[in-house]
Amino acid sequence: MSDIAKTIEAVWKIESTRLIAGIARVTRDIGIAEELAQDVLVAALERWPEEGIPENPAAWLMTAAKRRAIDTLRRGQMLVQKHEEITRELETQQHRLGEAMDQALDQVIDDDVLRLIFTACHPVLAVEGRVALTLRLIGGLTTAEIARAFLVPEKTIGQRIFRAKKTLSEAHVPFETPRGDELQRRVQSVLSVVYLIFNEGYTATSGEEWMRAALCDEALRLGRMLAQLLPGEPEVHALLALMELNASRTAARRGRNGEAVLLPDQDRSLWDGAQIQRGMTSLEHAQQLGGGAGNYALQAAIAACHMRAHTAEETDWERIVLLYDALMQTTPSPIVALNRAVAVGMAQGPAAGLDALSAIATPAAGPALAGYHLLHSVRGDLLMKMGRFHEAREEIQRAIALTQNLREQELLAERLKLIEKAAQS
Amino acid sequence: MRFMMIVIPKGYESAAPDAVPSAEAVAKMMEYNKALQKAGVLLALDGLFPPSTGARISFVDGKATVTDGPFPEAKEVIGGYWIIQVRSREEAIEWARRAPMSSNELIEVRQIHEMSDFPEDVQKAAKGFEHQNA
Repeated sequence: MSDIAKTIEAVWKIESTRLIAGIARVTRDIGIAEELAQDVLVAALERWPEEGIPENPAAWLMTAAKRRAIDTLRRGQMLVQKHEEITRELETQQHRLGEAMDQALDQVIDDDVLRLIFTACHPVLAVEGRVALTLRLIGGLTTAEIARAFLVPEKTIGQRIFRAKKTLSEAHVPFETPRGDELQRRVQSVLSVVYLIFNEGYTATSGEEWMRAALCDEALRLGRMLAQLLPGEPEVHALLALMELNASRTAARRGRNGEAVLLPDQDRSLWDGAQIQRGMTSLEHAQQLGGGAGNYALQAAIAACHMRAHTAEETDWERIVLLYDALMQTTPSPIVALNRAVAVGMAQGPAAGLDALSAIATPAAGPALAGYHLLHSVRGDLLMKMGRFHEAREEIQRAIALTQNLREQELLAERLKLIEKAAQS
Repeated sequence: MRFMMIVIPKGYESAAPDAVPSAEAVAKMMEYNKALQKAGVLLALDGLFPPSTGARISFVDGKATVTDGPFPEAKEVIGGYWIIQVRSREEAIEWARRAPMSSNELIEVRQIHEMSDFPEDVQKAAKGFEHQNA
């Protein structure tokens, strides 16, 4: 890519969200807004290499967008009204439209950006459509970049975005910020999209390293944006805290040969102190806003317990158990229950952990956990600590058989070796 | 990738110890900081007291010598910095271009080393260092 193309791309990444949001305020259709914005990008790519980068590239993009938007809107109106002989009326309307557009683009307000985010994450869309649209409209990522990040063909992402825009248009989703009770539900939808993007980058075990890091960074950027746009929403700050705290361990999560390193075995000197600090600050913010018992806040508080401990042994497991208890109240799930059992095992000893595990892995709890490899690997660990090596071996072997993930299999095989060694000594 | 945008204001090398920017300059700066924040790219920022209140510690053959500010021989001094997280060097430069600086001020944009950028032996040598703010 030439230097000028890189600069245009950079300007685009900085400006596209506000550009699309400003146009959408008038067009009321984010699909049309995005297409117009794309046209402007194409125009910049054609003209800037010849004319040089304008003194104020943002203003250039805005002006070009304005011209195109007004043209498009006029054309639309012409079609509707071409048989009516009310030229004067039409002219007045065009003028008004032009003014509205001027105003919208001269002063893109934060609400426009917020409306864009709420619309891209609208519950009427399939989750994968929300993710693709968010990365495209608010992240400024190209279809090709999104495809690389999710390891799917570019065409698939293109279709997801196309379908999502079509759904929004057909469902007449208004371009607005939800109010009242609706707001809470919609904020949750936005947050879950952001967290999904983060986890896609954080937990994926295949794919290009830099692209996965890019997804985490993008989710963090979205989180920081939201914290500015919705400063009074505790769960927004809590999710940001959770992402910062988890991301701060990134450098420690892979060993020399790319193998996964689990939290207790990580070299804590590789954790990013400044990022931990940011996460802690966001968590405090969420708690001060009275959101300490929220789902993300509790998860972030658990992460914070780990990050505060200078060694694995210093971890405050008692507190972690309490936090999991609270999480079981607000958002009970088999995974939360499983993690709680691990914490109980650490806080009160392996026998107590095993009891906690037996309590959840009953037939009554449903089949959710029965075929889940982590259930068996956790039980195997607890049994090993109790010296019941034979049973431990069986559990770990069952776990290996239940996971398709190669890295997990490797980790479990290591565990198996440890059990053999312990059994012999 | 993280970048530091380092502000180098001309004349700051000889600024009085109690020199403060004008209210107008601060207001403009706040607007810019807000834009960085709203874009989700701002990680940290700070402004520094003039060098006349600082000290330089120079080293010759392992021996440290302390000189109090101001430093008449210094041509450029740092006035403050931002740390931003962006997707490319070009994006960092674009943000720097938008800063509300006055005549003769300049911003130097430098990428921050991530541990993974270092060769293996350097990473090993850095092992065991605990961040104080952790």
